[in-house]
Amino acid sequence: MNAPAPDHRCEGPGPDRRSFLRALGVIGAGLALSPQALAQAEAEGDPYGVLVDTTLCVGCRTCTRVCAEGHGLPVPPDQCRETTSPTQLTVVDGRQLDDPKVELGVVFVKRQCLHCLQPACASACLTRAMHKTESGPVTWDKGKCMGCRYCMVCCPFDVPKFEYDSPTPQIRKCDLCVDRLQRGEPPRCVANCEAGALTFGRRSELLREAHKRLATNPDGYHQHIFGEHEAGGTSWLYLAAVPFDRLGFPKDLEQQSYPSLTKEFLYGVPVVLTLVPPLLLGISKAVHHNQANGGDHVGH
Amino acid sequence: MSATDKLSPTPVQKELARVLAFLKHELRPRGKLLTPFNLVTGGIVLATAVILCFRFACGIGAVTNLDQQYPWGLWIGFDVVTGVAFAGGAYVLVFMVHVLGMERYRPIVRVTVLNGFLAYVFYAGALVLDLGRPWNVINPIIGNSFGVSSVLFLVAWHFMLYMFAQLIEFSPAIAEWLGLDRVRRLLERLTLGAVILGISLSLLHQSGLGALYLMAKGKIQPLWYSEFIPIQFLVTSVFAGLAMVIFEGTISARVFHHRASAAFHFAQERIVIGLSRICAGAMFVYLFLQALVFVHGRDWLAMTPGWGAWYLLENVGFVAVPCVLFALAWRHRSTLLSRIAAIGAMLGVILNRLNVSVIAFQPNAAVRYVPTWMEVVVTLGVISAEIWVFRWIVNRMPVLREDTVPATVTVAAPTPAQPSPRRKEA
Repeated sequence: MNAPAPDHRCEGPGPDRRSFLRALGVIGAGLALSPQALAQAEAEGDPYGVLVDTTLCVGCRTCTRVCAEGHGLPVPPDQCRETTSPTQLTVVDGRQLDDPKVELGVVFVKRQCLHCLQPACASACLTRAMHKTESGPVTWDKGKCMGCRYCMVCCPFDVPKFEYDSPTPQIRKCDLCVDRLQRGEPPRCVANCEAGALTFGRRSELLREAHKRLATNPDGYHQHIFGEHEAGGTSWLYLAAVPFDRLGFPKDLEQQSYPSLTKEFLYGVPVVLTLVPPLLLGISKAVHHNQANGGDHVGH
Repeated sequence: MSATDKLSPTPVQKELARVLAFLKHELRPRGKLLTPFNLVTGGIVLATAVILCFRFACGIGAVTNLDQQYPWGLWIGFDVVTGVAFAGGAYVLVFMVHVLGMERYRPIVRVTVLNGFLAYVFYAGALVLDLGRPWNVINPIIGNSFGVSSVLFLVAWHFMLYMFAQLIEFSPAIAEWLGLDRVRRLLERLTLGAVILGISLSLLHQSGLGALYLMAKGKIQPLWYSEFIPIQFLVTSVFAGLAMVIFEGTISARVFHHRASAAFHFAQERIVIGLSRICAGAMFVYLFLQALVFVHGRDWLAMTPGWGAWYLLENVGFVAVPCVLFALAWRHRSTLLSRIAAIGAMLGVILNRLNVSVIAFQPNAAVRYVPTWMEVVVTLGVISAEIWVFRWIVNRMPVLREDTVPATVTVAAPTPAQPSPRRKEA
């Protein structure tokens, strides 16, 4: 059992600290949220997000139906799916697990875009068709997209889906029901979740709530909030009874944001563009000056 | 008002009429049309046109095996990511000749720049075929939506600017062909500026092609991923480009024998040997870099039997071996060995670029991507069309020779090629 603490994620987890955290949780759930995470959430403007508690999901797949309806997509097949598709922006993945912590022997995991705080897709997009809005959703603009699919190459979760069979293809993915968000309503999936597995709110509130659940029911949960730090933090957060790699979440995810992987390279660009041309010009002048002189000697 | 003009045309109008008549004459095909090469490539280009009709009518999925996990396949991985490396010879060679003053390589500058330019034109063209919404391709150009945080934005802009720089570098040959002497002299004055801009842009977009994959961390088999991908791509472009120059020069010297100047033929051997030496050096640097990256990234942990063997095949069989062959070719002045080494090095670069972009990409995917025959045909069609245009230009313009020797050469006299012929004649 691996129980990384919400703060100090680089250090190995120790039983002492774990019990300390539990104690903290009992004292007050709010305290369990590290000041670091709070500062980060505030720096990012505290976007909207959704907390998915997979221990509460019963796999009814109402969310997939209302999502399709709301986005004008065909009625989804009444079965579990591992990944989203151009016609299914959200799916429910049923994972059969032989684990005493999993009561039914199956864990249902709703999958959709995680709306990263610093999305790889948006920083990859050369037309800014993929765009991180201030309120949280990562949206796609069909008037700007040229269909290069670089967002798909970069997304660590393989979320953006491309309509390969259309002459006028679009990139399809969850938009967090941005239309409803603007009216102050929660996304369709959350509004229609009867099991209470989905909670909508500001990310800092959701993190506080998640830590509270981990603290009040330490044995019911794997002590980790997926999305708190993964890929630099995501707007969708997950709780589960078992480690997340057993639920099909990608392993070896970066804890830093993916756009930061290209930062050094992009910083180098102006350096090269300003320093290399004068250097080359200098070399060229020096060489030709030399050759002209040397040429005279040979000539005479 | 224009009555007097019509009666006595101005010199500019006369010149224009002459150029138009000349162009009309030059546009006609020359030589036999029904050669085996023309028949084969003609068939491929025709098939490509048919496939592309399907692609634009029914979507990219109708002709390719691309899927949600493999958004980029052969058209990007080979045409663009590999092709641009092979076009790298142009910036390396103009650096050697125009900046470092290595005059002995001047006879092949024009043909190399032309090759580079056409490679960019056709591979950028191939890129448009791969775009899902090509009608929006102007968006990052006209400035209504600049994605400046994107490496792809940088690469796209540098592609365009570099094509422009290469066109300026090559333009004196066009002016010579059209007999526009004053225009040629004007354009020649722009060469050094274009060369310097072109080299700077090349440094950035050759490495930028590698930087495209920085965010794909976790999706590429660790043996082919490191934070040094941009530098690896830059170094490979040096010897990929020069190996291509050796390979292409060998073919050009035979096919276009009648179009080349005596100086070109004479210089060919010395050039090939000289380039071999540079290739050996660049490949040695690359091997050293690979070793550092391997140790630094603790890559032995990723050496599974299959991937490890594949990695060793690439880096020993197609980098280390060609590197040694290049060194031997230089040592023994053997152009044959150079050519063998060049082919080996080129295969190594193809392997490396395809590994990063396609073969070692998403190694755990349930369905691995394998290109359809149609993707292969379109790739061959793009190459065929490029060869046609290349041939058309070489058969007409002074590419393998310079009709008028530029003043700069005669002034900056001590071309290393000059003393030796005298010695031979004596």
